[in-house]
Amino acid sequence: MRDAVGSVRSVLLLGGRSEIGLAVVERLVREGAREVVLAARGGAEVPHTLAALEPEVHSLDFDAALYGTHAGTVDAAVELVGDLDVVVDAFGVLGDQAAYEADPVSAARDSAVNYTGHVSVDLAVATRLREQGHGTLVVLSSVAGVRTRRFNYVYGSAKAGLDGFAQGLGDALHGTGARVLVVRPGHVPTQMSRHVDPAPFPATPGQVAAAVARGLRTGAHTVWAPPVLWPLFTVLRTLPRPLWRRLGR
Amino acid sequence: MTVLLSGWGGTAPSAARVVRPRDTGQVARALAAAGPRGALPRGLGRSYGDAAQDAGGTVLDCTELTGPVRLDPERGEATVAAGTPLGRISAGLLPRGHALPVVPGTRHVTLGGAIAADVHGKNHHADSSLGAHVRSLTLVTPDGTVRRLRPDEGETELFWATVGGMGLTGVVTEATFATLPVTTAHARVDTDRTADLDTTLELLSRDSGHRYSVAWVDLLGGGRSIVSRADHAGVQDLPARSRRAPLSGGGPGAAPTVPVTAPRGLFNRWTVAAFNHAYYHRAPLRRRGRVQPLAEFFHPLDGLRAWNRAYGPAGAVQYQCVVPLGEEDTLRAVAADLARVPTFLGVLKRTGRAVPAPLSFPRPGWTLAVDLPADLPGLRVLLDRLDERVLAAGGRLYLAKDARARPETVRAMYPGLPDWRRTCARADPDGVMVSDLARRLDLRARPEKE
Repeated sequence: MRDAVGSVRSVLLLGGRSEIGLAVVERLVREGAREVVLAARGGAEVPHTLAALEPEVHSLDFDAALYGTHAGTVDAAVELVGDLDVVVDAFGVLGDQAAYEADPVSAARDSAVNYTGHVSVDLAVATRLREQGHGTLVVLSSVAGVRTRRFNYVYGSAKAGLDGFAQGLGDALHGTGARVLVVRPGHVPTQMSRHVDPAPFPATPGQVAAAVARGLRTGAHTVWAPPVLWPLFTVLRTLPRPLWRRLGR
Repeated sequence: MTVLLSGWGGTAPSAARVVRPRDTGQVARALAAAGPRGALPRGLGRSYGDAAQDAGGTVLDCTELTGPVRLDPERGEATVAAGTPLGRISAGLLPRGHALPVVPGTRHVTLGGAIAADVHGKNHHADSSLGAHVRSLTLVTPDGTVRRLRPDEGETELFWATVGGMGLTGVVTEATFATLPVTTAHARVDTDRTADLDTTLELLSRDSGHRYSVAWVDLLGGGRSIVSRADHAGVQDLPARSRRAPLSGGGPGAAPTVPVTAPRGLFNRWTVAAFNHAYYHRAPLRRRGRVQPLAEFFHPLDGLRAWNRAYGPAGAVQYQCVVPLGEEDTLRAVAADLARVPTFLGVLKRTGRAVPAPLSFPRPGWTLAVDLPADLPGLRVLLDRLDERVLAAGGRLYLAKDARARPETVRAMYPGLPDWRRTCARADPDGVMVSDLARRLDLRARPEKE
């Protein structure tokens, strides 16, 4: 159960190797979570920093592209820890835009992971949260999806789809006790994004985790990391296309 | 019908299927029909936290389990259906010269809920908690058995597991309790304003002449307090015009409703300190023998309907602990910690004799209750620190107020928990009775082997 100050007992991380996802899990464990399930392709190693906090950690095999297995993954997590208090949906791939343009098949394959994989597993999670009458699904969106840019529109368009999907799902779950928290980080320097040039207002995985913890505490439906991105993108969204096109990274 | 339910504090809502049984038979059928996520009785939802929620399960809204107040004047006992609010019971008793033995801070609680939380009132130091006055209760367990339980014969363990058991032993459908004979519907109230916490403690501890006593403490103002002490008024205490009908006029006046949820951030140290200051200075420095209708004395906050809306959208956490006599230093330390955040007037009370119920909250000592905004930054850390202080002093938290304690803390505070679990497991071997509170604190964990 989530308590009155936003602490939870159990966390399922979809994308068990995601640096941002792990930072969120660590933060939740520091705030009281005792049971963790890391779901990743081939299972996930428990990072030292997480192990040092001594939660009970389980590992599950999870392949975002194998839609047929997703409901089973959720069931397996429930089998391990009981009620899912928080599910962090953090998996994704960030390819190189130029490479995508040269290899359309790889672009479509990655887009399937970044969008339809989430649709499948998040709907399975939603079914479980609805049954248990409580729980929060945390969806890692991105400012890249708030308005797609010429430099990474394949990735950005998948995030745009995911963001819209997560908002709709949150509205669909209204009144069921289950909630969706959409997280929109800016550029986060991690292993996944090391080939991308940095953008203004970057966020650390720890800042994203703090934003998630804040959202859980206040019951928000959307959080931005860093928070300044919200007013910034409120303006950027209204820029005329010719101007938007000319903006640098 | 699936409904989103929360406690009075408005934090951590969860969804459940709600049914409204009207009699014992319907209660038994509702329990039998409970699904894999169990069932739980709920009254008027005045628990602050998640005690009256069962996420994904079946919640029995017991507010239609009502009936007349059946008074046996010879024995001084009343028998009432458990869904009846205490306010209505009191209104049925007072004109006949009887009063409730224990009155909690709000009259908008059901008798069943009051037993499940083993509520206490301003007379705890003299009269203990409600459980001490219950003569028998009717309990429906998930297997459909209807038991008449008594405190001193038969299945006494199940009786005492039900008193303070937060609805987790089954559904109470009716109870008989001892009443208090009174000659008027009024209280005779002495009020004192104290300058600091030590004076307050001093005033409360040397007082045993009054049946009722309580202090409203301004923690932001160094613990200065308004101490009220009272007794039931006799006919001779009333003004001449009231003496002809001394048992009427004890009920509540009209109550306006808080119209809208307050905006986020309304409560900060400055606004709350200003409120506390005004409240403190409104009280007389010293006043003796003021005659007041009982409802007004017992329930000042009931004068405002839906007052929890004033907390704003994030809701409130009420922290209520009890520390044993002699642990006044712990109380001072807790008060000092709370003085760093916007803490509304706290309620401080001396507590007396405990009942033999494993999960009943009050112990001889001091109980302090404060309301805090749930979205206060650092609240978790602050309250965890208070828990440590309280636990180290041999004190405990009130489950009816809790919305955030950790399972290991509560386990350490309630040494009777293993016994309670065993009794529960005998009455409800399949673990049908469950709540969000029980899940969060792991209350109904399988008992260890005997």
